[in-house]
Amino acid sequence: MIKKTFISAVVALGLTGSAALAAGGAAHVEDFDFSFEGPFGAYDTNQLQRGLQVYTEVCSACHGLKFVPLRTLADEGGPHMPEDQVRAYSERYEVFDAELDDFRPATPVDHFPVSALDTAPDLSLMAKKRAGFHGPYGLGINQFLKGIGGPEYIASLMVGYEEAPECAPEDFPGSYNKAFANGGIPDSCKDDHGHSMVEGSWISMAQPLYGDDVEYADGHSADLHHEAADVAAFLMWTAEPKMMARKQAGFAGVIFLTLLSVLLYLTNKRLWAPVKYKKD
Amino acid sequence: MAGIPHDHYEPKSNGEKWLHSRLPVVGLMYDTLMIPTPKNLNWMWIWGIVLTFCLALQIITGIVLAMHYTPHVDQAFASVEHIMRNVNGGYMLRYMHANGASLFFIAVYAHIFRGLYYGSYKAPREVTWIVGMLIYLLMMGTAFMGYVLPWGQMSFWGATVITGLFGAVPFVGDAIQTLLLGGPAVDNATLNRFFSLHYLFPFVIAGLVIVHIWAFHTTGNNNPTGVEVRRGSKEEAEKDTLPFWPYFVIKDLFALAVILVIFFAIVGFMPNYLGHPDNYIEANPLSTPAHIVPEWYFLPFYAILRAFTAEVWVVQIASFVTGGIIDAKFFGVLAMFGAIAVMALVPWLDTSSVRSGRYRPMFKWWFALLVIDFFALMWLGAMPAEEPYASLSLIAAAYWFGYFLVIMPLLGVLEKPLAQPETIEADFASHYDAKTGGTKTLVNPAE
Repeated sequence: MIKKTFISAVVALGLTGSAALAAGGAAHVEDFDFSFEGPFGAYDTNQLQRGLQVYTEVCSACHGLKFVPLRTLADEGGPHMPEDQVRAYSERYEVFDAELDDFRPATPVDHFPVSALDTAPDLSLMAKKRAGFHGPYGLGINQFLKGIGGPEYIASLMVGYEEAPECAPEDFPGSYNKAFANGGIPDSCKDDHGHSMVEGSWISMAQPLYGDDVEYADGHSADLHHEAADVAAFLMWTAEPKMMARKQAGFAGVIFLTLLSVLLYLTNKRLWAPVKYKKD
Repeated sequence: MAGIPHDHYEPKSNGEKWLHSRLPVVGLMYDTLMIPTPKNLNWMWIWGIVLTFCLALQIITGIVLAMHYTPHVDQAFASVEHIMRNVNGGYMLRYMHANGASLFFIAVYAHIFRGLYYGSYKAPREVTWIVGMLIYLLMMGTAFMGYVLPWGQMSFWGATVITGLFGAVPFVGDAIQTLLLGGPAVDNATLNRFFSLHYLFPFVIAGLVIVHIWAFHTTGNNNPTGVEVRRGSKEEAEKDTLPFWPYFVIKDLFALAVILVIFFAIVGFMPNYLGHPDNYIEANPLSTPAHIVPEWYFLPFYAILRAFTAEVWVVQIASFVTGGIIDAKFFGVLAMFGAIAVMALVPWLDTSSVRSGRYRPMFKWWFALLVIDFFALMWLGAMPAEEPYASLSLIAAAYWFGYFLVIMPLLGVLEKPLAQPETIEADFASHYDAKTGGTKTLVNPAE
């Protein structure tokens, strides 16, 4: 967990989801600006497609997306790829077919495969299970305007690989990452009270992105920062594929009910007027 | 219904008379909707309709969700994702259901504290209060079991911790815990029985809601003055009251619509705000989350549960007196349920002759402190079990019990209440008629 407190909306305390403390080490999460933040935010179709490319060419070697049906790549409010492209894309994966009792190329009705590596977590919901940078804590204003913060965490993790601090022994397992909170920290990097003196911790995943790992078809820059943001945006979509429809429904509900409130207010006022202001 | 005199349904046509002599259902509906209601009710009397709406919302969304959900440890988590991704409008159903639970509890706490301030629990409304407390207990059970169903990490570990509480009961604890879980640990049997009971309880709640309404329709509503409606004659009663329809229905619906604007904004724009991110990780019995926290609406009582540790002298005395049967864990459990029990017993703990807190100068302050105490406990319940939170929890828990067990009985004796208005009519008039004199002439466009 990135943050250990849980404060509800009704506890009117001025805590905001900023501090990130867990496992003794404070992790550094950078505030990326995503197109889908806030009530008016929308997914950037091109960015989702670029993120899919990063996932396909890099992440998918180890990580799966088992909850995501391939056909949803064609969804509006998602990557919105043409049907034939989705069909062609699906064929790069093999799935086990119980009826054939054999493997066959995937079709759009199948899901993305599960993780190829046992120790690699499934990424379908990563953006939601690592939420916390912008809430869900505090008064919620931050989360309302900037989203749950999961994509920020993922992008920060991608750019968080750095030279290990000097306090660490050479042979300490894993890679140092300043955005990763839950990993191991060598004793030599802790103070007398056992508190970590470094940002982040050591993660078992080796640095996956260095910049220019992929070549984007749309000519977009593929430096590390952009790749990280793109794949984080894509993973936000895999976690919350119906976000656009949900926000639309939210607007419809808010507008309709505001109108209804006004009408009911006026009705109520007129209804009570003769009772409240009786003319004797 | 008995109580305030008012017009009853009179069947007019032959068809109406035919039905009425066989099943007076129209009369029941008429008398329920046209019940005389004190006309001075303020905006804290709107929560009843919000709660009724919540129950209906939860039952309707819940029934549809149950059509797509699979109560099996291997499939529950995936079936929730199936609802979120593949079921038409499934994401809205689930987010409304999850946030609907929070709205339900916001409303019930507002409703309970309204009752505590205006003395709505006092004679002759004790039965209404007790039935209300039963509804609240069932709501907590239902919400707890519902949170287990998505089978995420918090579902699993929350269930483990809470059912573990019952294991703390001396002698029969293990048997109770095993019965709750359907086995030695949280597993498929647990998920199945929780699903079954989660589906059942709302209908029990609905039945109790009818009893709750029946009870206060028998005694008549309380009101902000706590002064009873005059019942000498129908004319007298009509000076104090207005029929529920249309006056209070429209007023309450207006309040409900405003509340739903906020509700839809949360569902639409930040539906996971009140949830815990860990619940998007599938349950894993081999990996304990760093911090197991219950949903926000349980936090005040969770704080009381944790406040009584083995270092607290009350706990040590209890342990010594009972020869160790009541240990710290069991004491905590007793305290948690006791905190609700003392609230349920408040009709007999409050000794004041005056009903409404409005006319109780000392009570007002103690009550304000109780509200602060409740929010403090909620905050403390979310904090890790370490100093200074442990000591603060103990102080806050002590005040909760002190309020009900010491302050409420004593205040009735010590306090000198203020003068109350003679009638509800007088109270209502002091709010409106006086103000109209010259400055605020409101023309009724209907005239």
